[in-house]
Amino acid sequence: MNKPENTTSGSVRTVDLVQKGLARRYKAEKRFRRMGLCAISFSLLCLAVLFISIFGSGYSAFQQTVIELDIVLDPSGLNPNNLAGADFNGLVKTALYNMFPEVKDRGEKKKLLSLLSSGAAYKLADFVKAHPDRIGKALSLWVPADDDVDMLMKGHINRNLPETERRLNDQQISWIEALEEQGKIKKKFNTTFFTAGDSREPELAGIWGATCGSFYTLVITLILSFPIGVAAAVYLEEFAPKNRFTDIIEVNINNLAAVPSIVFGLLGLAVFLNFFELPRSSSLVGGLVLTLMTLPTIIIAGRAALKSVPPSIREAALGVGASKTQMVAHHVLPLAMPGMLTGTIIGMARALGETAPLLMIGMVAFIVDIPGGFTDPSTALPVQIFLWADSPERGFMEKTSAAIMVLLVFLVIMNSAAVYLRKKYEKRW
Amino acid sequence: MYQASETINHKVETKMTENPLPGKRKSQLVDRNVRETVGQAKVPNFRMRCENVNVYYQFGEKKAINNVTLDIGKNEVIAMIGPSGCGKSTFIRCLNRMNDTIEGCRVEGTILLDDTDIYDKKIDVVPLRARIGMVFQKPNPFPKSIYDNIAYGPKIHGLVQNRQETDELVEQSLKRAGLWNEVKDRLTQPGTGLSGGQQQRLCIARTIAVNPEVILMDEPCSALDPIATAVIEDLIDELKKEYSIAIVTHSMQQASRVSQRTAFFHMGDLIEIGPTDQIFLSPLHQLTNDYITGRFG
Repeated sequence: MNKPENTTSGSVRTVDLVQKGLARRYKAEKRFRRMGLCAISFSLLCLAVLFISIFGSGYSAFQQTVIELDIVLDPSGLNPNNLAGADFNGLVKTALYNMFPEVKDRGEKKKLLSLLSSGAAYKLADFVKAHPDRIGKALSLWVPADDDVDMLMKGHINRNLPETERRLNDQQISWIEALEEQGKIKKKFNTTFFTAGDSREPELAGIWGATCGSFYTLVITLILSFPIGVAAAVYLEEFAPKNRFTDIIEVNINNLAAVPSIVFGLLGLAVFLNFFELPRSSSLVGGLVLTLMTLPTIIIAGRAALKSVPPSIREAALGVGASKTQMVAHHVLPLAMPGMLTGTIIGMARALGETAPLLMIGMVAFIVDIPGGFTDPSTALPVQIFLWADSPERGFMEKTSAAIMVLLVFLVIMNSAAVYLRKKYEKRW
Repeated sequence: MYQASETINHKVETKMTENPLPGKRKSQLVDRNVRETVGQAKVPNFRMRCENVNVYYQFGEKKAINNVTLDIGKNEVIAMIGPSGCGKSTFIRCLNRMNDTIEGCRVEGTILLDDTDIYDKKIDVVPLRARIGMVFQKPNPFPKSIYDNIAYGPKIHGLVQNRQETDELVEQSLKRAGLWNEVKDRLTQPGTGLSGGQQQRLCIARTIAVNPEVILMDEPCSALDPIATAVIEDLIDELKKEYSIAIVTHSMQQASRVSQRTAFFHMGDLIEIGPTDQIFLSPLHQLTNDYITGRFG
């Protein structure tokens, strides 16, 4: 409004001063924004590198090399009433030797046999148990190949390396090439990985056992930590008198949230295993330990959620004559629930990814069986990753990455659930 | 405006004639340094009686109310006015023990509802708050449906036994609050979706659904536009037939429109109390006079 040349008036001088500093202010703003962008790009880049490396080395685990065998189910060795005593291994061997009749030498036969996984005989046994009517007939069955063959087929073993530097010799490679020519070897979707427990053989190892273990552990954690955490948060926030004692409790809870998780594992070892003598390696104890670890997180999140409920709602409830408990139960708690659920799910996601405390209570044991209950020995997904990452076989490397991918998928699902619940139950006032 | 001033002039005239010494009125004003209450604090037909009430905050460090004595009569609207921070909200919150929820707040003195001391140790605060309802400054409906907002109080107090009784009570309360016609088709929708004035009337309906004896209103219209305010003022007029109402307000016009008696608070002291006409037309205390003429506050 005022023209710039009208310098006598005070307001114009203010405008000039503002103009002078304006460029500098905008510059600072731009710099600040650029810094933020840099930070976000850096973290996104790191995330991308992580995902690409895990996916790149893990995707091949979802495929498995199988070899087709033509097997004659000789009725003389197969009694339908006593299949457990049948020599399925012999049948598999015979079938393989029949495919390569030129192999006579005992050493060579052993090499030939090592192309097949030790799981081939189990596969045949399972098939015969499921179809006893096929006894006496010939059939062709796809059985899993050894992990070295698997690695070769996936290109993780270089065929052009000198013979001494690879796990398969020239003769074995020539057999595999012969099988390839006949179309008797192929890669198929790896169902074993999703249905089996752990194994010493990479081609037979799966994550189902660890997933079940994680599931049971998390169920225990959830049913203990959610009610206890919510009750503790409600009491501390709504009912407890504010004095030195409750201050000490609050400080302690905040401290517990930051205690290294392995300490909780040691506590679990000392208290739950050694004192109460609960079953070792069980998901029950794992759940108890993770409950201790998750509780502070849930209590802190719960208290924050309760604090964020506006006082006007509390006054409204008290104003119509609700008792304190009614006020909390009918009005405050429902409004705080989304925040509490979010805190709980984030705590659970952390519990799902927790390894260290489980190592201390024996959930790191090598367990092949799928756990069927809370007291069965079991392991958990992150511990399984730890175990596989530690194994020397090349085949476990891709399994490790694949297991990480599965764990990440679960984490993403849980965190999305947290966001969804918050959005759904969030109320405005 | 013209009409209004004329009415005031007329009232002034009548007051003046009632005043035994009209010519000396100015000089009769009580000095501004006198902190004792001027005017008639007690009424013969009281519903609530407060005697020598002191309120402390922060565990006794801060005194918010100083030795206040006043009565709330039956079927009367008493307005409490005064500059910000004078303690009128604090005082009204003592009347249904809402200050109990504030950490470090202590109330001394006697507050009677009929013949019972509401600060007696044997008194249960839950039924007390059912007898003394409260409407707050900011409309604060529960984030539930309109129906549930009204039905909540009667349900927790067991005033209704079945769905039909609840329906009737909800309808009746909304009708008395003058909200029924506006919301009867959307009772299941959230109360927070109403406009500000409707929300405040919903809160009043929620309060009267419990059928209290006294209604406390803490600046009920401060967040509302003039039209909504007028609706609520009419409602207060209607409600005083059945209830005793104490209303805190910042608007002197509102106090003069709705109340029969007015109490003027200043820095924790009850300076002057008396019939509304008298307070606004011929105040006895210098501070009251300054406040109502807009010299401070």
